[in-house]
Amino acid sequence: MTVLLLALAGGLGAVARFVLDGAVSSARPWRYPVATTLINLTGSFLLGLLAGLAATALLPGSALLVLGTGFLGGYTTFSTAAYEAVRLAEQRRWGAALLHGVGQVVAATALAALGYLLGSAR
Amino acid sequence: MSEARPPHLQVRLMGLVLVGGAVGTLARWAVGLAVPHVLRLPLGTFTVNLAGALVLGALLEHLGSRGPDTDRRRALRLTLGTGFCGGFTTYSALAVDTDALLRSGLVGHALAYALATVVLGLLASALGVALARRLAGRRGRTA
Repeated sequence: MTVLLLALAGGLGAVARFVLDGAVSSARPWRYPVATTLINLTGSFLLGLLAGLAATALLPGSALLVLGTGFLGGYTTFSTAAYEAVRLAEQRRWGAALLHGVGQVVAATALAALGYLLGSAR
Repeated sequence: MSEARPPHLQVRLMGLVLVGGAVGTLARWAVGLAVPHVLRLPLGTFTVNLAGALVLGALLEHLGSRGPDTDRRRALRLTLGTGFCGGFTTYSALAVDTDALLRSGLVGHALAYALATVVLGLLASALGVALARRLAGRRGRTA
């Protein structure tokens, strides 16, 4: 049962990413992959928060699996971020490619840490 | 006459992303069960992220080389790319696992895991693009 919920949550996470990406991308012609960055940073913060809540037993493990591994795993994406970094590099926009590659993982990890601290605070 | 809704507000296209995303998420979960952590490093997540980056690069390059993003090509891109590859790969687990390594004091592990994922993921995506281009070039010569 949990596995079905996990899959459904992952699908819903992917739809949330699709809709948000479409909304952000159609708002204006960004020169930087703003939508994917926004999605990955918010998703990393939220998964950190859930992991913190689970660590203090405020959130059961099955909820972390469905909401975290399922929804937030489906919501965030590594493959699109990597592809966008390749496209930036192909356009010789090295700074933007470096920011989207290395800068994003640094920022996402910092936000995951912040979420964990908030989630595990008593 | 009313304008067609933008793709991200069409229920049918959302359904394609939902199905692809659900299957991709299940596949990621299964790989996570099958591939153990080695030296505290989440090799399952590492594997899906690199594999998904390669497949998405090849898919987007292949579809882009076949023509504009309409009808069947758009359906394939949304089901297999946005849905499956997006659901299969994950950025949030990358960030949270890196943070967990840092909190355990394994700074070297954290740096190696995050940097290896980003650098090799970019190379995997570029390799996917290059493979699809090569295939398209061969098709072009024989056609």
